[in-house]
Amino acid sequence: MDDALIPKGVKRCPLPEFLMKLGPVVVVLIWGIVAMFMCWFKGLNQTNMNDSYGFALWIWADLTVIALGGGAFFTGLLRYIIGKDKLKNIINFAVLVGFICYSSALLILAIDIGQPLRGWFIFWHANVHSMLTEVAFCLTCYFGVLTIEYLPLVLENRQVDQVSFFHHLSHNMHEVMPIFAATGAFLSFFHQGSLGGVAGVLFGRPFAFREGILIWPWTFFLFTWSAAAYGPCFTIMLAKITEKITKKKLIKDDVYALLAKISGWMMATYIMAKIIDTWYWAVVTAPSKGQGFMEFYSDNAFYGIWILILEIVVGGVIPAAILITRKGRSTPALLMIAVVLAVIGVSVNRWVMVLQVMAVPVLTFEGWPMYYPSWQEVATTLLPVAYGILLVAFSYRYLPVFPQEAELNPIDLESDETAESVTASETADAKLSPAKA
Amino acid sequence: MKNEQAKKYGMVIDLDKCTGCGACMVACMAENNVPFKKDETNKLDSITWMRVFQLTNGKSFPETDVCYIPRPCMHCEGEHGHSPCVSVCPATATDYSQQTGIVSQIYTRCFGCRYCMAACPYHARYFNWWDPVWPNGMEKYLNPNVSPRMRGVVEKCSFCFHRYQRAMEKAFLEGRRELEEEEYQTACTQACPAGAIVFGDLNNEKHKIHQIVNPDPAHRGRPKNPKAFRLLERLGTNPKVYYLSSREWVRRAGDNYLPHEGSGKGH
Repeated sequence: MDDALIPKGVKRCPLPEFLMKLGPVVVVLIWGIVAMFMCWFKGLNQTNMNDSYGFALWIWADLTVIALGGGAFFTGLLRYIIGKDKLKNIINFAVLVGFICYSSALLILAIDIGQPLRGWFIFWHANVHSMLTEVAFCLTCYFGVLTIEYLPLVLENRQVDQVSFFHHLSHNMHEVMPIFAATGAFLSFFHQGSLGGVAGVLFGRPFAFREGILIWPWTFFLFTWSAAAYGPCFTIMLAKITEKITKKKLIKDDVYALLAKISGWMMATYIMAKIIDTWYWAVVTAPSKGQGFMEFYSDNAFYGIWILILEIVVGGVIPAAILITRKGRSTPALLMIAVVLAVIGVSVNRWVMVLQVMAVPVLTFEGWPMYYPSWQEVATTLLPVAYGILLVAFSYRYLPVFPQEAELNPIDLESDETAESVTASETADAKLSPAKA
Repeated sequence: MKNEQAKKYGMVIDLDKCTGCGACMVACMAENNVPFKKDETNKLDSITWMRVFQLTNGKSFPETDVCYIPRPCMHCEGEHGHSPCVSVCPATATDYSQQTGIVSQIYTRCFGCRYCMAACPYHARYFNWWDPVWPNGMEKYLNPNVSPRMRGVVEKCSFCFHRYQRAMEKAFLEGRRELEEEEYQTACTQACPAGAIVFGDLNNEKHKIHQIVNPDPAHRGRPKNPKAFRLLERLGTNPKVYYLSSREWVRRAGDNYLPHEGSGKGH
C-alpha cells in the first residue's frame, strides 16, 4: 500500500499491521492529549503539585529527557568534530532520539507553566541572572539545530528525494552539517549546564546548593558531563529495543562498541567527579549551612540513603565498569544491563536534583512534604513517550535511519512479495546512504 | 527622589508577645485580596502571605513550652539585592528595590514557572492553583488598591506596598519627600492586638525597628540585639524580618545546627 514510500532495499511489514501495532500507542497519546488540554483549560490544579512542590514530575521528566537526549549532541560531536567516522551508522538515530527528547521537553514546559500564553516572556523580559533564562534560549536554539539535523533525513525519503530541489537541499545540508554539529555541542554545553545550575544556584536550599567557578555551580559542569556520558547509553538502549521489536540487526556491533566505550569512559570520569562533589558537599557545603549529611536521607517515608547508592553505585559505577571493559561492552547481555542501569542512574540523579530538593525541609519547624503525581501529570508525561514511539516507528518505516540495515538484512527477492518492485540494479545501490555525510 | 537616603523597610516580631491569635493573617488576607478556597484544610495549596507556625520545645509537661512564629515574606536582600527568588526569576517578574528594600512581584509578568518558589527556603511564595472566586457580594469589599491575581501566577507578601505608594503620594502632595514612621505601616502590624509586630525603616535610626534590632551593617544587617535573630541566618539570604525572643530554644529554632553545635530544633 505504501511501498513507494519505503526505502529501497529494506523490508517492512504491511501497512495495516504496522498501524494495528501502533494502536495502543495512539491510545496513550490521546490520553495524554486529553490530560494536556485539561491542564491548559482548567489550570495546574489538575496536578498534585503544591506550594512545597512547585517543581515535580514534569520538571524531572524535562531534565531527564534532555539528559537522555544528550546522545545527539555528543554523538554529533564525536562524528563530525572529533572524526569518529564509524558513528555515521548511528548518528541518524541519535539525532532522531535527540529531536524527540527536545521537542518533548519543550512540550512539557509549555504544559508546566501556569500562564502558557505568556511563555514568550522568558525571552522578552529575560533576566540574565537566571539559569532558566539560559536554559530557555539555548534549549530553543538547540531544538532548531536538531530540526536542521533531522531534516536531511526526512528529505531522503524515497519520494521526497525525487524532487530535485529537496535532493540538492539534503545534499548541501549534509555538507555543512559539521557546523551545526559544532553549534549543537556549544549550545548543549550551556543548556545542559544551565539545567544543572537551576538547582545548584539555590543557596536557600542546602540540599541543592553547590559552590563552583564564577557564576557556575559544580552542578553546571556535572550535568553537561553526565548528559554526554549517559545520553549515548540511551541511544544504544533505544537502538537495541528497536532491533528487538523489528527482529533485525540494524547497527553493527563495532559501532555499538565504539560508542559504548567512549560513553563508559565519560561515565567513569563523571562518576569520580560526582563522588568528589558529593563528598565535598557532605562534609563542607551542607554543614556550613547547619545541615548534616544524614539529615537529607532520614526522618521521612521515602528518601533514604538507598537513593544515593542507586544513583552513584548502581547507576554509575557499575555501568561504567562494564562499559570500559572490552568483554563487558562486547557481551550483548552485559551491554544491555549497563545501558539500562546508566539510564536509571541519570534519571535518579535528575529526580534527586528536582524532587528531593523540594522535599528536604529547610525551616526547622517544617517537615518533609511528600508528593505523588495526579493521573493528568502521569498522562502528560507519557504523552511524549507515545509521541516518541510514533516518530521512531514512522521514521524507521519511511526514512533511511539505519544506514547498515540493508547490508545486515539482505532481502531474498524471489521469495519476498513485498520486495517485488525492487529490481536487481536497485538492490545494488540500495545500501542506505549513511546520511550521505 | 534624589538626595533621598535609600530605605530598607523591615519588620521585627516579638515572639514573647505573640499569642498566635492569627489576627495578622486575617488582616493580611483582607488587605491584600488574598483568595481562599471553600475548604482550606490543605495548607499545601492555600495562600497565606502571612502564616503563623506553632513550635514547641519538645518537652513533656510541665516543661512544655509553646511559641508562635508569624512568617511573612522575608524580603531577603541576599548579596547586593540578589535574594534567592529575585536572582532566579527568568522573566524579571520579581525585583529587589534598592530604594525600599522590598521584594516586589509583578503579577502580569509572571508566567508561572514557580522557580522562585523552589528557591525560597521560607515557603513564603504561593502559586494561584485556581482563579480567585469570591463569595457573592464579597467582591464589593475587595481592596481597590490591590489588584487580585489570576490563576497561574505566583504571589507573596509585599509589605503592603500599596500603602507605601499611597503614603508617598500624600507626602508629595504636601511637598514632602520623606515619610513619618507611622505613615507607612503594614496591615499585620496594625492588626496585631499584642503589639508584637514593629515595622519601619532599618536604615533610619529614629525608627523603632532600628532601635530594637540594632542591625550591624558590617555583617549584612545581623542584629546586635542578643535577643533578636533572623530565620535561617546561615544561608546568607539576609532577610529583613527579625524576631525577638528571650527564650534560647526559640532563637535556636530559627536556624539549623549540627549535633555538636547543640540542639535547638523546634518540633
